[in-house]
Amino acid sequence: MTASVFFGCTFIAFGPAIALFLFTIARDPLRVIFLIAGAFFWLVSLLLSSLVWFISVQISNKESAPQQRGLLIFGVVLSVLLQELFRFGYYKLLKKANEGLLALSQEETMPISIRQLAYVSGLGFGFMSGAFSVINILADSVGPGTVGIHGDSQHYFLSSAFMTMAIILLHMFWGVVFFDACEKKRWWCLVIVVASHLLVSCLTFQNPYYVGSLVPTYIIMFLMGVWAFCCAGGSLRNLKLCLTCKDKDFLLANHRPR
Amino acid sequence: MTTSDSEEDSYDERSALMSSETPPVPSYQPEQSDPDPSAQGPVLRRPKSSERGPGPEAELDEEEELTLKYGAKHVIMLFIPVTLCMVVVVATIKSIGFYTEKTNQRLIYTPFSEDEVSVGRRLLNSFLNSIVMISVIVVMTIFLVMLYKYRCYKFIHGWLILSSLMLLFWFSYLYLGELFKNYNLAMDFPTVGVLIWNFGAVGMICIHWKGPLQLQQAYLIIISALMALVFIKYLPEWSTWVILGAISIYDLVAVLSPKGPLRMLVETAQERNEPIFPALIYSSGMAWMVGMANPAEERRQQSDAEAQEAGGSLGAEDSPDPPAGAQGACPSGEDQEEESGVKLGLGDFIFYSVLVGKAAATGGDWNTTLACFVAILIGLCLTLLLLAIFKKALPALPISIAFGLVFYFSTDYLVQPFMDNLATNQYYI
Repeated sequence: MTASVFFGCTFIAFGPAIALFLFTIARDPLRVIFLIAGAFFWLVSLLLSSLVWFISVQISNKESAPQQRGLLIFGVVLSVLLQELFRFGYYKLLKKANEGLLALSQEETMPISIRQLAYVSGLGFGFMSGAFSVINILADSVGPGTVGIHGDSQHYFLSSAFMTMAIILLHMFWGVVFFDACEKKRWWCLVIVVASHLLVSCLTFQNPYYVGSLVPTYIIMFLMGVWAFCCAGGSLRNLKLCLTCKDKDFLLANHRPR
Repeated sequence: MTTSDSEEDSYDERSALMSSETPPVPSYQPEQSDPDPSAQGPVLRRPKSSERGPGPEAELDEEEELTLKYGAKHVIMLFIPVTLCMVVVVATIKSIGFYTEKTNQRLIYTPFSEDEVSVGRRLLNSFLNSIVMISVIVVMTIFLVMLYKYRCYKFIHGWLILSSLMLLFWFSYLYLGELFKNYNLAMDFPTVGVLIWNFGAVGMICIHWKGPLQLQQAYLIIISALMALVFIKYLPEWSTWVILGAISIYDLVAVLSPKGPLRMLVETAQERNEPIFPALIYSSGMAWMVGMANPAEERRQQSDAEAQEAGGSLGAEDSPDPPAGAQGACPSGEDQEEESGVKLGLGDFIFYSVLVGKAAATGGDWNTTLACFVAILIGLCLTLLLLAIFKKALPALPISIAFGLVFYFSTDYLVQPFMDNLATNQYYI
């Protein structure tokens, strides 16, 4: 336990996200700001859903365990719906801000495109969601203790870390697909995004039966990843060009020889 | 035992300048009158000014685009030190138990104890404590502004030097002592003496005289963190929250109202074309070069001079005559870039860190700390946005502290039970 579990789980949970941040976002101040704003929006959505849950718990019967469980499930569903609502709200806010800036400056191009904003805001949501899910658990894993001493699963930390990584990446993919769907007014895509988010959350109700929750979550993550890749303009051809370092536009943009 | 007066003085000076002061308008404007395509400088600026000729529309466009791009850069230039300060404070709070131990010692500025049984009594005492504290701050600020107005510079400098001496030597010695105690490291006095002497001496030179900008920034962050830790330790629980709220309101009033002491301080400094004391302000950038010495561009020279003095000179000089410096040099006729930064008062750093540190200290919960951290950063971002819109000195505390307080209480009481329940059952949202 302790240090090795802590570092291992931290890197599993946050490794891809931090790598993405360092390589694509950290250099551009505008993207960092929108990332933090995205995190803030997620936080506000969580606050509202916790408020509703808290009130419902206060007026309910605190002794009855099934009722509390039911309320918790209700809280989860409400939270997912509110998160997606706030994602939509963030999209609207960004569109308005971008339009305002465009009108004021009479530029042909905006300093940051809506696709970059989709990626950055999705990652912001993901960071905050992942952090809130797992940081307390990681902090506990540093100290002494025995995992599952009361008969619970031994794999609590590891499964939490893997789930968190999936959720962070999923938020990023959802962000890209969501904004793209809003741009192109494809409302069925929005419904699918919300439905998949609900599905992933509801799958976790099966924990500690991790096979039932982690495996489908990762499958959904891969599917969403492919979909987001296509929405962002990727294709097999692009991928091949990129991997064989023959993509001329990319090389030009990064000042490398062809 | 209570801490001595000069520590409070230093606190008051820092809190006295709780505004984030902007360089005057011209530093956000590009060199409009003479777009020189051959001039070196950030690539962002030049292409636009060379494509369009000078004219009012071009100025407005460039101004807007530059405001956005430079605005984002300045926001990040402030995010990083604020984050660093908070990280230092939170790391110390979480690892060194000394700063979260219950103590019966109190500062003389919070004379009412909070060991009361009844909630009402305790609340009353914390309000009284905050009233005492705020009155002390108001008195000290007005005293400082009076001294500044009547040009008692020697007194002010002496006061500042004394307070930085105390922070850099004494408080860092105490901090080092607690650090060694916590990690059970054996250390001898001569080594500690050498360490503290070097640390303090270099700090004094960097802050009050000249030094590399980054070293000066690092020292300012360190002394803000030390000050914040003292507050976290010695201010009673409820009083801290009430004081944070009250000080935000005071900041709002002091900076925005026409007779506010901080506003008078900033205006007097701008009138006299002097930088505000380096020991009280964190400056994120430096003014580089000088404008052209061309009499036809009087306004630009003026703006350069102001921008240079407000942006902070290289290092930490109290440059006595920036206008002379701005206009005298460089008759080569080539436009040179100036890059002035945004300034934030050290009191802002201290109170942000107090909020986050107190959130980390009460309860073992990291979610609250993280929520307060994000809230404060977003508040700072909004404040800087307002700064870019209004282009005058604004208080940096109210929005951030308001967000921070709201998120602290709501996360602690509402979100925490929800997330705890979710984590117990391993449900994910």
